[in-house]
Amino acid sequence: MRRLLAVTVKEVRQIRRDPFSLLMLIVLPAFMLVLYGFALNFDVRHVRLAVQDRDRTAASRDLMGAFVHSTYFDLVATPEPGADLPALIERRRARAVLVIPEGFGEGLAAGRTEPVQLLVDGADSTTAATVLGYARALVAEANAELVASTLARRGRRPAVPIAFEPRVLFNPELESTQFLVPGLIGFLLMLTAVLSTALSVVREKERGTMEQLRMAPLRTHELILGKTVPYLGLSLLATLIILVAARLLFGVEIRGPYLDLLVVVLLYLFGALGFGLLISTIAHTQALAFQAGLITSMLPAILLSGFIFQIRMMPAWLQGITYLVPARYFLVILRGIILKGEGLATYWTQVLALALYGFIVVALASTRLARREA
Amino acid sequence: MTDNLAVELRELSKHFGAFKAVDRVSLTVEEGEIFGFLGANGAGKSTTIRMLCGLLRPTSGSARVMGIDVAMEPEEVKRRIGYMSQRFSLYEDLTVAQNLRFFGGVYGLRGAEAREREAWALHMSGLEGKEGRLTGELPGGWKQRLALACAVLHRPRVVFLDEPTSGVDPISRRRFWRLIDEMATEGITVFVTTHYLDEAEHCHRLALIHAGRLVALGTVSELKRVFAGRVVLEVLAPRVSEALEALGAAPWVLETSVFGTRIHVVVHDAEEGRREIEALLAAQGNGPTSVERIVPSLEDVFIHHVEEAEAGAREARR
Repeated sequence: MRRLLAVTVKEVRQIRRDPFSLLMLIVLPAFMLVLYGFALNFDVRHVRLAVQDRDRTAASRDLMGAFVHSTYFDLVATPEPGADLPALIERRRARAVLVIPEGFGEGLAAGRTEPVQLLVDGADSTTAATVLGYARALVAEANAELVASTLARRGRRPAVPIAFEPRVLFNPELESTQFLVPGLIGFLLMLTAVLSTALSVVREKERGTMEQLRMAPLRTHELILGKTVPYLGLSLLATLIILVAARLLFGVEIRGPYLDLLVVVLLYLFGALGFGLLISTIAHTQALAFQAGLITSMLPAILLSGFIFQIRMMPAWLQGITYLVPARYFLVILRGIILKGEGLATYWTQVLALALYGFIVVALASTRLARREA
Repeated sequence: MTDNLAVELRELSKHFGAFKAVDRVSLTVEEGEIFGFLGANGAGKSTTIRMLCGLLRPTSGSARVMGIDVAMEPEEVKRRIGYMSQRFSLYEDLTVAQNLRFFGGVYGLRGAEAREREAWALHMSGLEGKEGRLTGELPGGWKQRLALACAVLHRPRVVFLDEPTSGVDPISRRRFWRLIDEMATEGITVFVTTHYLDEAEHCHRLALIHAGRLVALGTVSELKRVFAGRVVLEVLAPRVSEALEALGAAPWVLETSVFGTRIHVVVHDAEEGRREIEALLAAQGNGPTSVERIVPSLEDVFIHHVEEAEAGAREARR
């Protein structure tokens, strides 16, 4: 215990001596959260829309109003008949152009079906798909109202067969930041925990102090614990900062129990710190440790964890690999606790997977560290 | 257990694959002795020390430090020894006092004893008043003394020093060796490797290791006794390599070696040797400017042993 404390005190002093690294560990995650939180906004709002109204009747103005008064579209232009509509999109003045033909109002009044055209910029396919979805919904709504009023005029009770009432649970505004914050925490914690431990051990190897430590009567677990405890503390502090920033900037509230959150973060960090140690037993230079840490921890935590790309959309062999990525389990639990307000008990399989990962990694790292003929 | 033996090697070997880094080395070091372990780079010095400190497991043979087998109980050995390596291994980003506190803590010192030993270490290394200085900013010689102080903070009975003075100025080296002498008078055994032969003269006994094998063992004067009945002549000639070649081929020359521009020639008799050297070189138009009889240095002794060992190895291969 005395020896473990000596290692911890020494490590803390070294961290304090290096304010730049300290800043990187604590402030960088919050900074990344802000960056990613704003940049990775998957919501499509305020799409620039041009409307060519060749009809100029009450009916055509109603349809136009349905588009413009939704928050999805902003009216940027009303080109005259004969204007070059594709050029509007090409020059990126508008992302979509709605064309209401002449005789639209008259035709509707006569009970005919009238065509309405929508030109959409397909360069960004994701946004185009979303825009089409919005437009379809808006037109469907307008159709329903028209049908209802026509029926009423003919003395029939307006009856719509299916009343569709969707309700989105847990993230009612469907804001993608809500969904992204847990993923960000998963990836940032993995990054800082893996890199800080790996670099701190490899630095000792590079400077030759590791040899001195191995000559001392220090047991492997004393060395490992002594070195990781300060970084565990720092990582927890970074988590706290991320959560506070997420609350203040994006309004992400933690709905679940804090204790469960702490437990799952600790469990995840246990595996991440262990993985950092494992890297340090393989890499001999800080540069190599940095690269290895980046590739083996950060990339999977972003790409294979379900943070940005949904796992069930991946090919089967890739889905298989995701089972080895601890962030995958962490994310499910974290989303559950933060967004749904659930406790750990719901996610015992994921908790078990995280614990298993941690034990395997730490066991591997300690046997490699303990090996005397390194 | 034999009394007063600090270090005891029996047929100690370490192989890395087919390479025999240490090959059946046997020797003993008594308590309070300064024992010098000499050899060229790669001769097996560091490998031996690492086995003695419990870092490497011997391939065969045994090593005991203070009566404890290093392969069986490496942790017990580590508790009783101090170690300082050729690479300066303190934390340069910590202060002098923080380094002392850390190593004290790692060796399990606590409370009043820790403070007392820290004060002692500062006094011994001459760093009193510089406790708050960053270690990385200290001059090399001071770092060296601090490293030694850290290595003996826990009052080890045996200290292993692996090329402790490499890269340090001569004055700091002399001061460092005074510390080692003081430690020995207090009964601490010092096991030191070096390739500075002037430092070897400080050692009570020496071992010479070459290609993993022990080729000579004894006090300085014992080792020099190999030149009994032979003399070393120092020859200066205009064309060194030509002279060396001619002398090496002469049947009455026992050994030759070069030290800068001087050639050391070992012969049976001083006067006869001088005449023959002068005649031989004059015949080549390479007449020697001087031929002097000199007291054999440790270097001559080692060259003699290394050449003998290599000749023996060639013989064995045949």
